[in-house]
Amino acid sequence: MFRDAALVAGKDLRLEWRSRVTTNQVMPFAVLVLVLFAFALDPDRRILVEATPGLFWLAVLFSALLAIQRAFVVESIDGVRDGLRLSGLDPAGIFLGKAAGIAVHLLALELVLGAGVAVFYGAHLGSPVLLVLTCLAATTGLASAGSLYGVLAAGLRVRETILPLLLLPVVAPVLIGATQAFEAGFRGTPADGWRWFGLLAVFALMYTIIGLFAFDPLLEEA
Amino acid sequence: MTPDPTRSSLAGRGAPAGTSGFWRADPSGTGSRGSRVIGTLALVGLAVLALFALVLSPSDAGPNASVNEFGEMVRILYVHVPVAIICFLAFAVTAFASAMVLWRKTEFWDLLAAASAEVGVVFTVLTLITGSLWGHVAWGTWWEWDARLTSTALLLVLFVGYLALRRAITDPQVRARRAAIAGLIAFADVPIVHFSVDWWRSLHQPATITRFDPTIDGIELFTLMLGMVVFLTTYVWLMIHRFRLQYVQARLDDRGLDVALEERRAEASAALATTAGIRQ
Repeated sequence: MFRDAALVAGKDLRLEWRSRVTTNQVMPFAVLVLVLFAFALDPDRRILVEATPGLFWLAVLFSALLAIQRAFVVESIDGVRDGLRLSGLDPAGIFLGKAAGIAVHLLALELVLGAGVAVFYGAHLGSPVLLVLTCLAATTGLASAGSLYGVLAAGLRVRETILPLLLLPVVAPVLIGATQAFEAGFRGTPADGWRWFGLLAVFALMYTIIGLFAFDPLLEEA
Repeated sequence: MTPDPTRSSLAGRGAPAGTSGFWRADPSGTGSRGSRVIGTLALVGLAVLALFALVLSPSDAGPNASVNEFGEMVRILYVHVPVAIICFLAFAVTAFASAMVLWRKTEFWDLLAAASAEVGVVFTVLTLITGSLWGHVAWGTWWEWDARLTSTALLLVLFVGYLALRRAITDPQVRARRAAIAGLIAFADVPIVHFSVDWWRSLHQPATITRFDPTIDGIELFTLMLGMVVFLTTYVWLMIHRFRLQYVQARLDDRGLDVALEERRAEASAALATTAGIRQ
């Protein structure tokens, strides 16, 4: 299963390495969102500093939608779904691979966005351990739920519009938890943040388990 | 999966045209004698409920009032509470039926999940509207970012998404499978959403809902229970019709394909006949 996952993740990351869609389009978009938030909320830094954790994670969510769309659109064009099915790879492995590929994209995005909020919004990285662990847990949850809904919406004529509608309410707990944990992290009071980290970890675990079992029936169809 | 229509005994398959039994619907409609009885019961029940809730039960004022003294507004709870409970019941039915779709792979469970989600969305909207009216009087605002309100609103969006997904897929087998997984995920999300929203709000401010005093008895308790029964009957009645409508729709789609195939075949044979005629 893990070997299959590594194969699928490797394929997705190689695709990205050669096409540079995330680096050249999604990352600039994410930074642009940060700048737009600044336009909308007043250049006065006080409001921005207060809202920084929420804005950071909103930017991550919006960019994650693009990354997830991308991960499944490139596949549907060439019928890779059938190819994967015929290849005899373990469906659970395919799910882990897709999720890992998306997670790597998202972590890179979060790194750029983190630098962005530090520079543009003057965010102060109070307790880095909490911030990094929060990023890891939230990203795992987003990538697992995202791969599940990505494959649910794949191949539909309305996939671009239906994915946000399906995914965003489901990942609402991630937005809440990650924002709260980041608030504690920026303030430098990590004690408040660990319970939110726990919530994010439970979310990530739950959706990874659902994905491991649900990917088989989802890929099985026609 | 292969949908097995013979399992959908509720939908009246196999009944000769024009006959309908107590449960068996006429093939051209969605009603049967049984559903009409349930519908009538629901209507009468609603009238009786209105009588009890609006006239016979006392208002929350005077010497026997609860600590909050909601006055006449307390009457909205006779609708709000049953409707809210039915909406959770409806989504639980959707989740259960979705699990059954993955296990038994029959059309019956798929249609049941769809019908229950549709009715559940309607009841959720009613819950939010009545809750909002209640909030306007009890807390002075139409909307409060309270844990229960927020998670109910998210629940609504989750199942609106579920219905949108169903509409977006045309192949019935693909739809059954994907919708089943989406329905299960949506329902599994409910506790974690509720938990996170609960924590989120309780960290900022104490809970805003001053609870309706749960120690009610006598005519108030009776009215509340009557509300439960009446709205449950309404749910069942709506479910029967939505279920049958989905079933008839699916048969229409099947037939539409057959008819189109027949037409193309007729065209092709007509064209063949013409070319053959020309050759002669």
